[in-house]
Amino acid sequence: MAKDETVTTDVTRRQFASVAAAAAAGWLLTACGPRRLHEIPRDRLREAISEWERDYSEKYSQAVTVSDTGPMPGVLFAMALDLSRCNGNRLCVDACVTENNQSRDPEVQWIRVLSMDKEKGIDFADADPYYDPKEVPEPNRFYVPVACQHCRNAPCTKVCPVGATWTEPDGIVVIDYDWCIGCRCCMAACPYGARHFNWQAPSVPQGQVNPSMHYLGNRPRPKGVVEKCTFCIQRTRAGRYPACLEACPTGARKFGNMLDPESEIRYILENKRVLLLKQELNTMPKFFYFYGT
Amino acid sequence: MHRTVIPLSCAVAALAAWGCGRVGVDRVATTESHQAMTAIVPPRASAAVQLRVEVPPPPFSEGVFPCSECHNETDLPPNRTRRPLVDAHDEIVLKHDEENRWCLDCHDTNNRDRLHLASGETVAFEESYRICGQCHGEKYRDWRAGVHGRRIGEWNGAKQYLLCVHCHSPHQPRFKSLEPRPAPRRPMRPAR
Repeated sequence: MAKDETVTTDVTRRQFASVAAAAAAGWLLTACGPRRLHEIPRDRLREAISEWERDYSEKYSQAVTVSDTGPMPGVLFAMALDLSRCNGNRLCVDACVTENNQSRDPEVQWIRVLSMDKEKGIDFADADPYYDPKEVPEPNRFYVPVACQHCRNAPCTKVCPVGATWTEPDGIVVIDYDWCIGCRCCMAACPYGARHFNWQAPSVPQGQVNPSMHYLGNRPRPKGVVEKCTFCIQRTRAGRYPACLEACPTGARKFGNMLDPESEIRYILENKRVLLLKQELNTMPKFFYFYGT
Repeated sequence: MHRTVIPLSCAVAALAAWGCGRVGVDRVATTESHQAMTAIVPPRASAAVQLRVEVPPPPFSEGVFPCSECHNETDLPPNRTRRPLVDAHDEIVLKHDEENRWCLDCHDTNNRDRLHLASGETVAFEESYRICGQCHGEKYRDWRAGVHGRRIGEWNGAKQYLLCVHCHSPHQPRFKSLEPRPAPRRPMRPAR
């Protein structure tokens, strides 16, 4: 191109100004507009929470509280499950559904109890979640309840195109139900099938709602978003055990702080035979399966 | 002879192993909410983390306790002969090393309201886990660490333990089969 030749563009001064103005307006809107729950300022979160409390109380005609308790410093939650104790009674599933306001119809269950053949060992290709005998345990079967493994190297949080799911400092993988666009990439990424999609508007009958909610946990979900186990964030951040643990009649589930050397979890990790599901995928779950005997 | 030596040596070994680090039990007369609960302080490596745990009272069958109401010297003198029971307690079927044991291996002959260890030391029903721990030392250790058995409460604070006998009947300790909750529905398929 010759040196003296000028490059003319069709952009007029007016066009440039309007595009610049639109960009500025866009930037302003993004900065002041809706935000993901983990980057929202505290006072705006409080506002949103009081709005939710009002809405939910009205919807379920009872007093609902939405907690915004943050992570405790020095805490990294982990759960362990004793495969030699679990007898597949599914009481944990029931407790989880009630505690976390999961949809009854259509049915959404965060815990899936897989029945497996003792001869074959842990084999997901042969696992049966629909077992329905008169009595459990059945001969020659063992049971592996699977929910969110709260991976330290979580594939689900990496694939989310909008950043609507992330790991909290205490290790709980959470979802922002208002930011989720329902693309279900995280469900495809999760090797444990732990995430569940609301194909229809979830329904919780009046009077069966757990009114003690957390903004990242068991508050009602809209249609078209993904949900999953949050280690009962509304309970565990208040110091309590998760609902599934307390419901288990065999005492197979154990929960605690992995950073506390005195905790039950550390005792298990140091003294028991522990295994991870699909360890070869390097997801580094904080959900440990062990043999108590 | 041969019969008694095996459980005794077993118990002595268990006692030697656990005697040093027994659960410190201190019966609290009254607490606000759990009147009849026993408070147990599980052994911790650091004394700073002494957690309060509670155990509900032992699950007696209706109207059997205190045993001394029937079993006293005058009404019912103790009969130390090993025999099948016919007149009373015949509903109890022992399926717990029944070849080698019977009632008076755990229940105390002289004080019917208490149990006794292999050493002869009597133990209240609230502390029956010490009897179980004589043979099941590994489970006892796990239970004290909070790893065997069901817990209710706080992961970093007060929690409720259960006694061994709350889940395992001492006479037939195998965990009972349960009826499972209904299976999940299979996913809906779109109509064609």
